Amino acid sequence: MRYGSLAAVLLVAATLGGCDGVLDPKGPIALAERQILFNATGIMLAIVIPVALATLGVAFWFRASNERARYRPNFVDSGRVEILVWSIPLMTVLLVGTVAWIGAYDLDPPKTIAASTKPLKIQVVSLDWKWLFIYPEQGIASVNHLTIPVGTPVSFELTSSGVMNSFFVPQLAGQIYTMAGMLTRLNLRADYAGTYRGMSANYSGAGFSDMYFKVDAVAPNSFAQWAAATRNAGPVLDAQAYAGLVKPSRSVAPFTYRSVASGLFTGILSAAMQPDAGLCVPYSKSMRAER
Amino acid sequence: MNLLGKLTWDAIPLHEPIIVGTVASVGVVILAAFARVTVKGYWPYLWREWITSVDHKRIGIMYIVLALLMLVRGFADGIMMRTQQAVAAGGAQGYLPPEHFDQIFSAHGTIMIFFVAMPLVIGLMNFAVPLQLGVRDVAFPTMNSASLWLTATGILLINASLAIGEFAKTGWVAYPPLSELQFSPGVGVDYYLWSLQISGIGTLLSGVNFVTTILKMRAPGMSYMRMPVFCWTALASNLLIVAAFPVLTALFAMLLLDRYLGFHFFTLDGGGNAMMYVNLFWVWGHPEVYILVLPAFGIYSEVSATFSEKTLFGYRSMVGATLAICVLSYTVWLHHFFTMGASAGVNAFFGITSMIIGVPTGVKVFNWLFTMYGGRVRFTVPVLWTIGFMVTFVFGGLTGVLLALPAVDWQVHNSVFLVAHFHHVIVPGVLFGAIAGYNYWFPKAFGFKLDERWGKAAFWCWFIGFHLAFMPLYVTGLMGMTRRLQHYDVVAWQPWLLVAEAGAIIVMAGIICQVVQLVVSIRHREQLRDTTGDPWNGRTPEWATASPPPAWNFAILPRVDEIDAFWAKKQRVLAQQDLPRRQRRYQPIEVPKNSPAGFVTAFFAVITGFALIWHIWWMAGVGLLGATVTWLAFMFRAQDEVEIPAEQLGRFDRTHPVEVSL
Repeated sequence: MRYGSLAAVLLVAATLGGCDGVLDPKGPIALAERQILFNATGIMLAIVIPVALATLGVAFWFRASNERARYRPNFVDSGRVEILVWSIPLMTVLLVGTVAWIGAYDLDPPKTIAASTKPLKIQVVSLDWKWLFIYPEQGIASVNHLTIPVGTPVSFELTSSGVMNSFFVPQLAGQIYTMAGMLTRLNLRADYAGTYRGMSANYSGAGFSDMYFKVDAVAPNSFAQWAAATRNAGPVLDAQAYAGLVKPSRSVAPFTYRSVASGLFTGILSAAMQPDAGLCVPYSKSMRAER
Repeated sequence: MNLLGKLTWDAIPLHEPIIVGTVASVGVVILAAFARVTVKGYWPYLWREWITSVDHKRIGIMYIVLALLMLVRGFADGIMMRTQQAVAAGGAQGYLPPEHFDQIFSAHGTIMIFFVAMPLVIGLMNFAVPLQLGVRDVAFPTMNSASLWLTATGILLINASLAIGEFAKTGWVAYPPLSELQFSPGVGVDYYLWSLQISGIGTLLSGVNFVTTILKMRAPGMSYMRMPVFCWTALASNLLIVAAFPVLTALFAMLLLDRYLGFHFFTLDGGGNAMMYVNLFWVWGHPEVYILVLPAFGIYSEVSATFSEKTLFGYRSMVGATLAICVLSYTVWLHHFFTMGASAGVNAFFGITSMIIGVPTGVKVFNWLFTMYGGRVRFTVPVLWTIGFMVTFVFGGLTGVLLALPAVDWQVHNSVFLVAHFHHVIVPGVLFGAIAGYNYWFPKAFGFKLDERWGKAAFWCWFIGFHLAFMPLYVTGLMGMTRRLQHYDVVAWQPWLLVAEAGAIIVMAGIICQVVQLVVSIRHREQLRDTTGDPWNGRTPEWATASPPPAWNFAILPRVDEIDAFWAKKQRVLAQQDLPRRQRRYQPIEVPKNSPAGFVTAFFAVITGFALIWHIWWMAGVGLLGATVTWLAFMFRAQDEVEIPAEQLGRFDRTHPVEVSL
């Protein structure tokens, strides 16, 4: 077919999209999301391809120069055809709508993943233009690098220091916005060890293109070793260090903090709502003077 | 006190060779055009016949000219983005720094939606709706002129940002907090806001004008269910304009208050809530999609009926579908941000409403199909665009339904998959339709047809180029590529983006074909001349008058007793039925007098807008005062109509005979 339709495109993408893709899921959430994508695409292609072919066929057969085609100028209204043309899209929507409804509840980002192991908590802050990941239970933090244990559900709480971003690791789960003064939640699990690409999926200014990071999914004992090693080296993340970190910077090389001041995340979350808190108004003083 | 506000010599981007080159060459072209007009002494003619014209046909043509010029600008932005992404892989940074690239994608979106798609459909409605209704003008002709020139003001301001200052670096949606003063202290966002506020007033006035025209001014006998379908879609589209544009205006007013007077609607501090902006933006934004696409659907209906030589299949069903879309378009806005963290119930609700709107859209596709079924399809240029639209749009609709599934949307939202999707519906859905309408009504507007060969070449370039340019983006989107990337680290995306670049170049060839088509047609206009007023064997009242129609459209208003009245009348004449020829007794006609009020107001609107962008307060005052005085002067005009004597009407009808009159 001349169209090289979406099916073909999806197939090609599936074979070539080996790295980083939505079509190459590595956890239950992303896997279920891909399944919904496939199901819905399949249902609709069953309608759409015949319609496209019928359009071409009808237009060609009823071309003015075709003397074998019967000209029926009075075929302009038909109750039967109307019932058919309203019911075909309606049935499709009923079917796909059900898929949508179930998916929206089953895969709701705040919903915790049922598991025997306790989920790992990670707090995420998007900054201009890098990511801060705080591990409150381990008391450590890292910038632009996320390390998680394989097979353990991870429960994220996310916010932003200012501009809106979107936290997105396609191979593990769909994205969720990070918004200043607001908390969003996301749950995911990596079922395979590996390195996955994460990024900001919402444009946030000049340094946006470099707001990507690596996600290392490692065996649980390696994760514990990593956390222990991190606790032994690197700077401390307190209010002062945060005030430095929050200043705009581009393509920041990953590094870790050996400890995190308690209540920092809550402070970031509430600071956004307060007019003169020092924490998250990196631009304000000079801008206000200019105005 | 600084008399020039924030404006200094630094505002001229002399350090940016690309911008300097562009501005210089555009400047040379404009100067050359002005010089030619001056030397040839065309100014008085342009002023009298076009700039001050309140004739809906000329206003429509000027809208379309503006839109086509802006299409070139918007496309240039587009191909620059494609080129940047084709090269900036791995460690490479490409040729555009982020500060410039970010302005380009913001300008591309803003220009294509507000200053290409909008003036195209408004221009076509201006030209065709009163003719199809069988009336002599829109309800408020001078207001119509003001609408046009306020749109032109927006266009002037947004293009001025290229040479003086900068444009927004926020994307075309300008979400706060990024668009707030704290993160965007420059004039870019102000250019965005003021150009859209001013042109938005023009759009709203257009909406009021067309709703009134269609509801109150129709040919004798033309009840609602006898209106041409394009008029129905125009009515739905303008009802949406009237209901949706005030939301946008209020929204931008709030953001302006934040930026200019320190309010806290959407700021991080002071209790502002940026998410309210996102909601309100799409409360306007989703109906906007249908404002654009419904008139295009109307054009497809007209084209498929005319060139299949059949009445549109399921007329009542089509009208119902149009009105259903009109209402449903207000129930879907949240699908633009399923990723904001709303509850599962909210996401599911808006996902399903978004799919439901696909039902009437699907019905329309089937009805066009059944219009061709049993017809005698002539493969003219407008038909090619229509069939091209149908086979493309159904797949765009498919990816749209995918995006309406919250669980899928989380994976592809903000990715180039989304970019591919909305181009996949808007380009065929709006642009193909507008080009079909341009080819369809061109002979009515100018009295000669457009060249078929170049028109077909343009179609094939667009059709093939479009698919090459956007299908790869579905793939890279599924590979995890987000939109608005100035450079990227994943080299696996690059081959696909190179294909997309090739597609953009083929689309450019299509645009060139269209320019050639116009030039060739003008040169061969005598061979392409339409003397009958009915070059396509048309069905609706606009074909029952001369091409180009006189200022008064119809010397005697047509009598419309059925759908496709003109076609039916022709059939009766062909059948040689004993038709008593209606006595053509001419009465003098009053037509509205041309007025510079719209143009002069827009002139002052340019001054006001520019002054507000640069904080030149005295100048803003001058502009506002000037605009007010202009309208006061207009309101107290002594004479607002000119009378066309009956003899002149009769003389015109004798020199421009139509074979069958309604």
